[in-house]
Amino acid sequence: MLDFLALIGRQFLSKIAGFGRASFVLFYALFAWPQPKNFPLVVSQLYHVGVKSLLIIAVSGLFIGMVLGLQGYTILVDFGSEQSVGQMVALSLVRELAPVVTALLFAGRAGSALTAEIGLMKATEQLASLEMIGVDPLRRIVAPRLWAGFISMPILSMIFAIVGVYGGALVSIEWLGVYSGAFWSVMQDSVDFYDDVLNGIIKAVVFGIVVTWIAIYQGLESTPTSEGISQSTTRTVVYSSLMILALDFVLTVLMFGDV
Amino acid sequence: MGDRENVIEISHLRFKRGDRVIFKDINISIPKGKISAIMGPSGSGKTTLLKMIGGQLYPDAGSVSVEGVVVRDLSRKALFSLRKKMGMLFQSGALFSDMSVFQNVAFPLRVNTSLNAEMIRDIVLLKLQAVGLRGASQLMPSELSGGMARRVALARAIALEPEIGMYDEPFAGQDPIGMGVLVTLIKKLNQALGHTSVIVSHDIQETLSIADYIFIIADGEMLACGTAEQIKNSSSEKVQQFIHGHPDGPVPFHYPAIDLMQQIMAGDTGDHREQGY
Repeated sequence: MLDFLALIGRQFLSKIAGFGRASFVLFYALFAWPQPKNFPLVVSQLYHVGVKSLLIIAVSGLFIGMVLGLQGYTILVDFGSEQSVGQMVALSLVRELAPVVTALLFAGRAGSALTAEIGLMKATEQLASLEMIGVDPLRRIVAPRLWAGFISMPILSMIFAIVGVYGGALVSIEWLGVYSGAFWSVMQDSVDFYDDVLNGIIKAVVFGIVVTWIAIYQGLESTPTSEGISQSTTRTVVYSSLMILALDFVLTVLMFGDV
Repeated sequence: MGDRENVIEISHLRFKRGDRVIFKDINISIPKGKISAIMGPSGSGKTTLLKMIGGQLYPDAGSVSVEGVVVRDLSRKALFSLRKKMGMLFQSGALFSDMSVFQNVAFPLRVNTSLNAEMIRDIVLLKLQAVGLRGASQLMPSELSGGMARRVALARAIALEPEIGMYDEPFAGQDPIGMGVLVTLIKKLNQALGHTSVIVSHDIQETLSIADYIFIIADGEMLACGTAEQIKNSSSEKVQQFIHGHPDGPVPFHYPAIDLMQQIMAGDTGDHREQGY
């Protein structure tokens, strides 16, 4: 019994210590900004983390928007209110699906890559080598990746929503014959910039910070073996996905819970 | 080495990794402007010692001082400033995999100096020439052999002409010609610039030929220290066994284990983690 309690205590302390180290990484890397000489590194990471995720985000957004248009139409047409499909597509995307699905895809595409890259840098002593050259890896490696994640996630989420709305319009207007004037005007009337668009962007920013933070910390803490890096990469995707879904609920309650 | 100015002082060093004691009580003084070699059997903590000098690991007890400052007491900023005076060749080479050979060697110059591009190019080419790899400047690390990668890493370690050069197994994986060139290079750096060099190596003959002082570590303790001549003429059985490479003697070749016959009869693999293979 005592051993069991000691084990729980050790695990708890180890988690707290881990959280402390992760917080140090986050705050140190954040305060490392802005350094003009690191700007090209941020741009390079924006390309790797953001631009390279564009295709998967755009294609997913298009299909999800098309499915929403189709599903929305089949339900709304029974009530004779198929013109509202634009409102349904836009609100679903802007408030929920764009930030959440983008963040899940971002964790799978960019988060796992960040963990594997940093884990391998650690395993091949590249991080230790940087330290011995007198360059702080938190400034040189971690900070540009964190900022690239923070910046690219909301942009990707917005692109997801825009492409999704276009996909919904494609199916509703071009295929199912919803009157385009009604589709766009109902959407315009019902979507509020502050309540819907801005809240969606805030969600995307929060998810971007969480996913990138988890990915980088898992890379830094990975056991420097092939198995260790594979486990860290898996942990990044699992922890990020769970955190995205849990935080989405919390943020939704805070943003829309008083209705 | 009492009255000589020492650039690195290691005193009463104790260090444990898990349950395994790496250092019990180590005292080493590395004199300024000399080549010192740290030798010892595999797993005796030589690389760990270099990492402690560079502040990448901290001792459990005792202290490591560089230029009179205890490394552990330095702030993060001061530690990074101190490291700019050091050059370290890692055992694995540790080249940046996303940079070419040229960029790897140029990296310390680009981040730590304000030299212009032409000067950096000239220095990099000279360093690569010194290790015989000027022609390979455009190659990526994945295109190099192990020995070549280590030579590039050496060129990078000496790019800034550091006051303290730490070389972890610089001769491993080198052919006899390459080995001779590297021995001469390290010696020249030391003689021409008066820089301090710390070499960790298993290559007895090469190391004895250039090192001014030799420290042999085994079982977490200092087995012997002195000049190459003193080590060669040491009366210690352990030292003689180590420098002549005899498998039998007081220094165990085998990792601690139960008797072989006993283990075979017990049908035990000794690997209690073996599962699913």
